[in-house]
Amino acid sequence: MNKILDFWRRFRQNRAAVGGAAVLLIVLLVAAFGPWLYPTDPFDMVGRPISAPFGKFPLGTDISGRDILAGLIHGARVSLLIGIVASLCATVIGVTLGALAGYYGGLIDDLLMRSTEFFLTIPSFVLAVVIVAIFSPTVVTVTTAIAVVSWPSVARLARAEFIAQRDREYVQACRAMGMADWQIVLLQILPNALPPVIVVGSLMVATAILTESGLSFLGLGDPNVVSWGYMIGVARTVLRLAWWMAAIPGVTILITVLAINLVGEGLNDALNPRLKQR
Amino acid sequence: MSAQIRESRDKSVGKGETLLEVRNLKKYFAVTEGVVRRRAIGNVKAVDGVSFTIARGEILGLVGESGCGKTTTGRCILQLETPTSGEIVFEGVNLEKLDQKAMVAWRQKIQVIFQDPYSSLNPRMKVGEILGEPMRVHRVEPNAAKRRQRIAELLTVCGLPAKFADRYPHEMSGGQRQRVGIARALCLNPDFIICDEAVSALDVSIQAQVINLLEDLREEFNLTYLFIAHDLSVVHHLCNRVAVMYLGRMVELAESDELFDNPMHPYTQALLSAVPVPDPTVEAQRSHQVPKGEVPSPINPPSGCVFHPRCPLAVDSCRAQVPEFRELKPGHWVACPRV
Repeated sequence: MNKILDFWRRFRQNRAAVGGAAVLLIVLLVAAFGPWLYPTDPFDMVGRPISAPFGKFPLGTDISGRDILAGLIHGARVSLLIGIVASLCATVIGVTLGALAGYYGGLIDDLLMRSTEFFLTIPSFVLAVVIVAIFSPTVVTVTTAIAVVSWPSVARLARAEFIAQRDREYVQACRAMGMADWQIVLLQILPNALPPVIVVGSLMVATAILTESGLSFLGLGDPNVVSWGYMIGVARTVLRLAWWMAAIPGVTILITVLAINLVGEGLNDALNPRLKQR
Repeated sequence: MSAQIRESRDKSVGKGETLLEVRNLKKYFAVTEGVVRRRAIGNVKAVDGVSFTIARGEILGLVGESGCGKTTTGRCILQLETPTSGEIVFEGVNLEKLDQKAMVAWRQKIQVIFQDPYSSLNPRMKVGEILGEPMRVHRVEPNAAKRRQRIAELLTVCGLPAKFADRYPHEMSGGQRQRVGIARALCLNPDFIICDEAVSALDVSIQAQVINLLEDLREEFNLTYLFIAHDLSVVHHLCNRVAVMYLGRMVELAESDELFDNPMHPYTQALLSAVPVPDPTVEAQRSHQVPKGEVPSPINPPSGCVFHPRCPLAVDSCRAQVPEFRELKPGHWVACPRV
């Protein structure tokens, strides 16, 4: 409990991060409860196409006469879900491979790191497009594709952390007392290696949302659900006629990603207090 | 203070039952080159043919300058490094022949105290958790209440209040942390403890306290120590016998007082002459033997006697022949044919 209070005290010192956390909380609440509060189906054609905001519909309608506010609210759920789940998967994969490579070194390290570098040499967005194009675009394949292109940076970070911790004397002491390798890795080193990984993982949520939007914009999103990127994609044909149609989901993405980045920065300051006193 | 404790040191120990024997231990680290295909271009001969025995209840000091292989020797005994060759026999059992399960059980008997009290304790665990780890790993004391009691006992034995169990390492001073490190080593009632520069990182007043604690614990629990250090006065004070290492080889081994009063190997003589005498007039008149040159690289150690490029007594034969480790007096071994 003390630890949490202490953490909050340090986190609070970064005003921008607190603001980001507040915005993120609102987005999360909208994603969780919005569809009940505003039950209009985002695929329903409810009015005339391309009606301006602040008329009959708060944010207007798109080219098929669908309610943009409904799309925004329902899309929050999909965008955030894909962003968070993909980042979690990428973090778990990355930490696992990075821990193995960093702790054992030698041949295992070579094998794992060479394959990580292989993934890093391919432009990640192109790889995601290829994966989604090969399999049919569903929420699951999009999430998987984003996770597959995101884990290498986490793996490299986790490996560096594990190498730094591996030769510390507390780890040597554990080996000398006969502790099993998996216990050393999970219970001893991992808690010490995690803070920078958490920071990178939180920033990865923002990147994942952007990647998902990019895929949806290209028409590679799940056709059965609305996401913010999909809405921009739909609006691009009428960009000169109705700029707001693309701008509204675009600004939403911008604000959400910015909020996540600020929170990530705040986590960095709060979890690495010594770095902040530079 | 030092005289008082040295008197109490039991000179008869060191002649009893052999607890640990190290036979011709070698540890080479390969130096590699190339990215795709790794070629070995040489070996760092960190430890190159070291043999010694330690009797139950004895404190053997292992001294030498940085990089001479004393820590690697300790790590090989702990099986943190796999020796390149050589045998380590503990209580008559060759460690190489132990299977995985027997090895874990054996680890209860041998423990280590590290140099750096700041990195030897996990910063994210409380002292109580750190001390509970060994008991959990070896499944002794599964009862939580008894385990807490044992942790409190250990802290008290090491001169810390029992309430320190709820502290994090960063809430303690260096000396207090080192006591926690000692308590962790004692946790499983070991027979043998390797003190790897255990007091080198502490300031002098704390050093004395920790050394006294180590001596008290040895008497109370009938412990045996391998005391790795570079501080000669500490070693003289604490150890029954002292071994001197240079560039991966052992150059001299004798009873502590004998070695300090009557050093035979030229390297030991040079090492001892570097210890300052507390009396300034004596210190000013003393002649200092400083070995010429630098310590050669262990990748390409000199042929024959490794000390010959810096040795005042060296002759041509020293370049060619590896000196034999001879017993010149009972219990006084020297690796030099010229003395």
